[in-house]
Amino acid sequence: MKKHLKTMRDAFIERLSSLMELDDTIMFLTADLGAPSLDVLRAKFPKKFLNVGIAEQNLVNLASGLALEGYKVFAYGIASFLVMRAYEQIRNNVSMLSQFHDLNINLMGLGAGLSYNIGGPTHQSLEDIVLMMTLPNIMTFSPSDSNIVRSLVDYCLDIPKPKYFRLDGHPLPNIYSTVDRNDISRGFKELVTGEDICLVSTGFMTHVALEVSKALGDSGIKAGVLDIYLLKPFNEDGVGKILKRYNIVITLEEAFINKGGLDCTLLRLIYRLNPRIRFLNLGYHDNYLFEIGTRDFLHKKMGLAVDDLISVIQQLYRSQQ
Amino acid sequence: MCTRLTANRIDTDFNEIAQYLIAKADWVRKETIKIHLLAPETRLASSLSCVEILTVLFYGQIIVRDHKEDYFIPSKAHGTISLYPILADLGYISFQELKKVCNNGSLLGAIPDPNIPWYRTLNGSLGQGLGLGCGIAYGLKAKNDTRKIFVLIGDGELNEGSMWEAIMFAGHHELSNLIVILDKNKTSMLDRCQNILHLDPIEDKFKVFNWLTRVVNGHNVMELYYSLKDFRSVKTSKPKILIANTIKGKGIPLLENDPQSHIRTITTKELNNIMG
Repeated sequence: MKKHLKTMRDAFIERLSSLMELDDTIMFLTADLGAPSLDVLRAKFPKKFLNVGIAEQNLVNLASGLALEGYKVFAYGIASFLVMRAYEQIRNNVSMLSQFHDLNINLMGLGAGLSYNIGGPTHQSLEDIVLMMTLPNIMTFSPSDSNIVRSLVDYCLDIPKPKYFRLDGHPLPNIYSTVDRNDISRGFKELVTGEDICLVSTGFMTHVALEVSKALGDSGIKAGVLDIYLLKPFNEDGVGKILKRYNIVITLEEAFINKGGLDCTLLRLIYRLNPRIRFLNLGYHDNYLFEIGTRDFLHKKMGLAVDDLISVIQQLYRSQQ
Repeated sequence: MCTRLTANRIDTDFNEIAQYLIAKADWVRKETIKIHLLAPETRLASSLSCVEILTVLFYGQIIVRDHKEDYFIPSKAHGTISLYPILADLGYISFQELKKVCNNGSLLGAIPDPNIPWYRTLNGSLGQGLGLGCGIAYGLKAKNDTRKIFVLIGDGELNEGSMWEAIMFAGHHELSNLIVILDKNKTSMLDRCQNILHLDPIEDKFKVFNWLTRVVNGHNVMELYYSLKDFRSVKTSKPKILIANTIKGKGIPLLENDPQSHIRTITTKELNNIMG
């Protein structure tokens, strides 16, 4: 069954490929990272596909140069290398430069969180959310399924600003049936309406949150699920209106916590809304994990497997009664 | 102070062009020193090594400045304070700005930013301008746009790995619309380049990466002028680099002889002899 699911990468590239037929200002750059869907794109548009080699710094600089000339640029690479090898290029030539010029630069980071589960921490990307949210002027997307990704392609062609996409490497089940422009601008969706607890998650962890919510429901705890797919600019007002209804808010992310990412954004919001809301942030602590195994295995090692989460949340819930 | 150049005037004989460019370069050098005296935070020595290069580019009608203008990327940006007087002389900024460099709220700082005409990119951080230039060059070629991209680089910044990523890219993709001028002043911040990372022969390195190269005396305006004119018109599939041998701090012996001239500030007293 899982075999037939589409990865975010393929959804993105396929949609982009069809839009490239209509818009000849689109340019696709890769730092030698491939995909079967990309083979189709490059065969179809040899002049608009550019493999810059294993050179992420130049990838970003080239993207900026092309964007200065009016191209809509997609720069594709492994998330951890794209963001961290080329961070200063992104800072100067994307973030800063976009205060002077319209730059439609779309940084496509593949391998969100632990997507590269057997690649080890050099290939995993637990820092990218914090790093990208730190930089001004860059929209930061962390989609949870391929249907959001598909709509994002259409959306970002019309927005002449820099954007970062944190794309999961594994094929994931679809959560959304249709996603329109308003959904994307809103940046989040309340997937499950709860009463007691709200699970706020992003990317892959939204799938985990849905499982956890279901299991908690079986034990009589009504946990809502809020999927945040636009991390920056963060829709404080929209999310705030929903969080007001809850007594406990728990964030779930495949990323480092306590460093300024999703959890800190939520904590700041809660502090403003109602400091009495009980808050718990779940994710990766200040340490790298050198373990080999499936994503579930790694989650288990870090205490983030569905069972671990259920017991932590149940405990917290009971302590609040 | 400065006569304006008219389009026809440059197409006269060698001597007239030479006299014109030499006079401009002398003026630019003096104005650059004046700026540094008012704003000692500016990098004087590296701004003096490229005076003739900038003079020829902007007064020698090498860079197209009207209609569909060329790109100019000063990758070694803080070493281009000498472009400020040129921009004032050509009417892009007011002469008053030259007296306010680095002041609160002023347009011109120690490291130029895209608020200033002709500085479309951010180049305070070394090793990045060439990659952007390659992106622009590739984009222009893809739309059959004949504009040129001039990138001024320093030899110190050739230590950056990102430079070589861009050098390889330009050679491989035959970016013949890219013209790089290397201000080879042989001096980095703390020492002469050869004592830090010895990169000579630089020309050979560019050649093996499929670049068209030429070496000139970077303080000889006519060598620069004819080489750059050739580079504009020559039929080749290769990107081009003009290696301009220069002297860091050119015109001020105190700086010329100091391997740490980059971080040296000159006082009015020290300059009295030179400025006359």
